[in-house]
Amino acid sequence: MADPGAIGYWTVPLAVLGGAIRVSTPFLFVSLGECITERSGRINLGLEGTLVMGAMSGYGVSYLTGSPWLGVLAAGATGAAMGALHAAICGLPRVNDIAVGIALMLFGTGLAFYLGKPLIEPTAARLPSIDFGWWSNVPQVRAALRINALFLIGVALAPVLVWALRTTRWGLIVRTAGESADAARAMGYSVNLIRLRATMLGGFLGGIGGSFLSLYYPGSWNEGLSSGQGITAVALVIFARWNPMLCLAASILFGGAAALGPALQSVGINQAYHLFNAAPYILTLLIMIATCSPKRTLVGAPAELSITR
Amino acid sequence: MKADVGAPLAPSGLGQLLRLPAYGRKVGGAAEFVVIPALALAASLVLFGIFVALFGKNPLDLYFYMYQGAFGTWFSWQNTLTRAAPLILTALCTALPAQLGMVIIGGEGALLIGALSATGAALALESAPPLFVDLAMAAAGMVGGGLWIMLSGALRHYRGVNETISSLLLVYIALAILNYLVEGPMRDPTSLNKPSTREIGADNMIGSIPGLDVHWGFAFGIIAALLAYVLIYHTVFGFAARVAGGNIRAAKVVGLNVGKLILVICFLAGAAAGLAGMMEVAAVQGRTNANLAAGYGFAGILVAFLARQNPLAVIPVSILLGGIGASGGLLQRRLGLPDASVLVLEGVIFVMVLASDSLYGRFGFLRGKAA
Repeated sequence: MADPGAIGYWTVPLAVLGGAIRVSTPFLFVSLGECITERSGRINLGLEGTLVMGAMSGYGVSYLTGSPWLGVLAAGATGAAMGALHAAICGLPRVNDIAVGIALMLFGTGLAFYLGKPLIEPTAARLPSIDFGWWSNVPQVRAALRINALFLIGVALAPVLVWALRTTRWGLIVRTAGESADAARAMGYSVNLIRLRATMLGGFLGGIGGSFLSLYYPGSWNEGLSSGQGITAVALVIFARWNPMLCLAASILFGGAAALGPALQSVGINQAYHLFNAAPYILTLLIMIATCSPKRTLVGAPAELSITR
Repeated sequence: MKADVGAPLAPSGLGQLLRLPAYGRKVGGAAEFVVIPALALAASLVLFGIFVALFGKNPLDLYFYMYQGAFGTWFSWQNTLTRAAPLILTALCTALPAQLGMVIIGGEGALLIGALSATGAALALESAPPLFVDLAMAAAGMVGGGLWIMLSGALRHYRGVNETISSLLLVYIALAILNYLVEGPMRDPTSLNKPSTREIGADNMIGSIPGLDVHWGFAFGIIAALLAYVLIYHTVFGFAARVAGGNIRAAKVVGLNVGKLILVICFLAGAAAGLAGMMEVAAVQGRTNANLAAGYGFAGILVAFLARQNPLAVIPVSILLGGIGASGGLLQRRLGLPDASVLVLEGVIFVMVLASDSLYGRFGFLRGKAA
């Protein structure tokens, strides 16, 4: 067994904490984006593809321009374009949004692998991090508290979204489309247009979540970069009851679960490394088992959502 | 939509022909299910041609090499059919639950679990006669894969958990279990670079169909698709499943046991994908390792949707998609396209096929009904 260092097994909770903050960021952005989309009454399962496309395009733009923030922006724009594609196809009559999501998941991953081939070798400029652990001289503490600005933006975004959905005119329109398409139509709004915008915004955030993967942690582009974070985040929105603040809490919980395997490996426990890697998926499944019910629709579920009907 | 109201349109020549008897209506309806996916497929090929043209490749070369690699030679035909075998079986994993209105996309997970169970059975029975070992492998693979997808079905029925998400989460869990077992308890210590289980032994490998360089999995796939077709369209059980898929409340009112239908159909679906995993071990790889996660499960979803969830249509569509997969190597060598180009084309086809769903009923002459 490897020497865990001066602070002994305290390394594990510290690494889990640091990992929770690092790993949760893509979960956070994807779930916030999906939250907006689902509140408008449509589900976008394609965010897994959006995430990978965002990771690829963000890395590519950062490599070409040298500016990681431009990369983040490009990733968001790519995500919005993927969202627009999803919304445009779902806007056709008799097209099932879940099936379109599956198609875009496969399409986005394939396209990202295709376009990203030349990006596997080069190193792009990565996003900077802010050192909140300056007061400590324990390296593990400092590592855990080196926090990326995107995480802070995501944390700030969650309450803003709660407020926007609850009190603004825009939020009311989105919620109306999600609760009753007929009511929105009666008010003179185009349901397809509302959902197009909500899906594009969701895709924008999903793309940014992807750029975090390639530009900060793990911080490079390769084809194994995303392993289901996108789809886990979609399930997480259900668990979070379509509430952005609960999405934040759930993302951090999931980040912690995902960080458990690497944290244990860092102190030399690697027998069940791969099983610990499955922790976020098992956790998602268990939470869905505990919170879903066959008898009633979920509290807080938008009534137009096909996945809860 | 708009054409439905108002005066009937003047019948066109072909429409007149198809409209005459009830028989014509039937043929017309079937024609729609062939013509529209074919149009979607053609549109996807054009789009993909434009896409590669943007990278400076000649689209005509692309189509030529795709044809060559898929159906151009006897060798490529055999490659195509070998790839079609697991696709037929994983497509059934999506197409069978679709009869109940369920969207299961976890065929990849059932394939991996089926492969692991089959390998486990083979390694436990090393000294037994080969035929017995193969039967045990098939049984273990089908039970393993079947239970895996049945879990999604049970969660849906008893807990209301969305089966699309749960089946996809189970793919990642299956992959983690596979990685854990092949790098831990089941690892062959001599496999250094690519952690694998021990080989099942040359005697236990399933050979090729006589006269072809295509393994028996293709024949079993066709048999499974035919059985699935008979089950769904020519048995009481299948009729009950389609009733429940059409209207679950009506099914409950007439006293159908919906829970049993869901569990049995999901088990059969998973068993098909598990058999695909067993075949990949027993006829191609000879052992279990990460190579098995080659995406057959995901391509199977596309096959099922392109075949409009019809078990019979799954067979030709699998051959078509197997051909696209088989041409990937040639596209890489001759045109220098990345290996992901097959994935891009599959994604484009999937998107176009779904978008084409809105075209049904638009062409009066294809449907054969009064407009």
